[in-house]
Amino acid sequence: MIRLLVDLALTHIAGRGRQTVVSVLGVALGVGFSIAMAALMQGSQNDLIDTIVKEYPHVSVSVDTRKPRPQPASAVYDVADYSGLRPRDDRRGILNPAAVEAALRTWVPGRVSGTLGLQATARYGGSDVGVSVVGIDPDRYAAVSPLPGNMVQGRVDDLKATASRVVIGDGVAETLGAAVGSTITVSSSEGVSLRFRVVGVFNSGVSAEDDQLVYMLLKNAQTLAAQPSAINAIRLSLDDPYAADAVADRIEGTFGLDAKSWQEANQSLLEAIFVRNVIMYTVVGAILLVAGFGIFNIVSTITHEKARDIAILKSLGFRSADMRRLFLMEGLAMGTVGSVLGWGLGFALTMLLGSIRFEVKAEVEMTHLPVVVDWTHYALAALFAMGSAAVAGYLPARRAASLNPVDIIRGAT
Amino acid sequence: MTATVSASAEMSGDPVAPASATPLIEAVHAGRVLGGTVPVTLVKDATFAVGRGEFVAITGPSGSGKSSLLYLLGLLDPPTSGEIRIAGRETASLDDDARAALRLATLGFVFQFHFLLPEFSALANVMIPMRRLGRRTEAEMRARAEEILAALGLADHGHKRPDQLSGGQRQRVAVARALANDPPVILADEPTGSLDSKSTGQVFDILDGLVRRDGRTVIAVTHDLDLAARMQRRIHLVDGLIVSDRPASEPVRTGPLL
Repeated sequence: MIRLLVDLALTHIAGRGRQTVVSVLGVALGVGFSIAMAALMQGSQNDLIDTIVKEYPHVSVSVDTRKPRPQPASAVYDVADYSGLRPRDDRRGILNPAAVEAALRTWVPGRVSGTLGLQATARYGGSDVGVSVVGIDPDRYAAVSPLPGNMVQGRVDDLKATASRVVIGDGVAETLGAAVGSTITVSSSEGVSLRFRVVGVFNSGVSAEDDQLVYMLLKNAQTLAAQPSAINAIRLSLDDPYAADAVADRIEGTFGLDAKSWQEANQSLLEAIFVRNVIMYTVVGAILLVAGFGIFNIVSTITHEKARDIAILKSLGFRSADMRRLFLMEGLAMGTVGSVLGWGLGFALTMLLGSIRFEVKAEVEMTHLPVVVDWTHYALAALFAMGSAAVAGYLPARRAASLNPVDIIRGAT
Repeated sequence: MTATVSASAEMSGDPVAPASATPLIEAVHAGRVLGGTVPVTLVKDATFAVGRGEFVAITGPSGSGKSSLLYLLGLLDPPTSGEIRIAGRETASLDDDARAALRLATLGFVFQFHFLLPEFSALANVMIPMRRLGRRTEAEMRARAEEILAALGLADHGHKRPDQLSGGQRQRVAVARALANDPPVILADEPTGSLDSKSTGQVFDILDGLVRRDGRTVIAVTHDLDLAARMQRRIHLVDGLIVSDRPASEPVRTGPLL
């Protein structure tokens, strides 16, 4: 019985060859372009998230969030205001950093590295440039940062050899005109100036870092900041980056520090990606819906053309449900063929897009369009196309099934 | 031209297995009125019974309701009054699916035009009702279709599509299709209406053979007085009303035939 309906369906479809080809191509183009678009969108999303996860700490712990401690005068005198007193310096930073770091290492599923960041000025050969100094423990920092892989000259380990060494971004090197082996002067806002030999140059691919960062030993940074033993940030790299939210919450709860996961730090970006995905799937849905109209058109035409056949089949004993099934099958057959062709087209387009190479000088340098082959895109596109085809086939099928054979036979004779 | 297409023992599995005294097909005060702002009466109060092995002509002027009565008998159109019984079984309470199933196994239709599916071969057309019924294997269906076509003088034409056949051959294929599921009743609506005299004779002989040799019941609407006269019984309608129901050899006494 099913075979008979399949035979009838194929015969009907074959009878409208050109229209069928156009309708099937409509579905194929819809499926193909939606797959390619999804591959590109997903690829760029993955690329962006990979960059964030790889380049940035999974959790950044910064200075404590507590209010400034009260000045001694406020504690002693119960007055509304006072003047003429020099306020005591309240060094903001992570109190007792060694203990905090040690505590974190006991339970954080990943690696931990404390750093001290400060703003400073670097000078070399008469050029000045404002830089962000990051004091690090090279071994620990290498475990939580992509810095070792970003080195274009020298190694991060070279920092350890003697006290006065720095690794600088290639943007900083270019601005200063310095290179490996040059000795630069770094001056902090505390009035401390130290001379450092450049032992390495890195390129992270993120211009904002390459043009500003200067890495040195933690103790050197502490000297520049005039804050012995201080750190003002802890960088965490987790075994599972997606556990960052939970780890950050626990750190805030345990230590009262400000801990931000990479998701929280990039929330607006991730929200933008979500909105972009909604827009993409809406457009893809619209494309496939339009493709469905092609199927509706052809199945509708066939039901009109084959009204006499429908009547005769019903007079022979076929049920209304058989007729519904027959024309629904025709819609689905076109949807299926269109989907399969669309898969091929989508894959080819994805490969083509992925092979296009170009460079964009932006925050993140790209050398090719990031695409991803994800079978869920293929399944979703086909599912939507089949759903669209099913609706497109069902509407005329229902009308065909409700035809009264007597009306048709009377008209034909 | 004669043909012998035996009614097989599979009849016992059909919904119709009438006792000899029970009419095979029966109209009881059956009427059909088309609704609308101005209702049109197609058939009025038709009451008659047809037994096994009868060859019945339904005659009447154009628009007298001959085809409408045949469609009522064939369960293609439900009566708006009265009822149709098949082998004593009332059909008014049957839903569309049950009526379709009864039609598939019990009734064979032949229309004025062959109404063969143009994309299918003659053999495939004959196999369609069998494939819908699904009681035979593909090989059995093919063998039976070939047997029926051979019996109707179309042994060498099974592979041809309808447009490769003459008008008479197409109509014989349509008869073969009506016989596919071995129905006890054949309903024919002007089966020779679009044929030349030679083909008309061939098709009539086939229908006659189905009655005389196979014991089937054939009810045929016809305009052809000569053909009607060669059948056993004639039911004559005027304006939807049966005005005469008597042996075909007797002249119609009420109203004009055409």
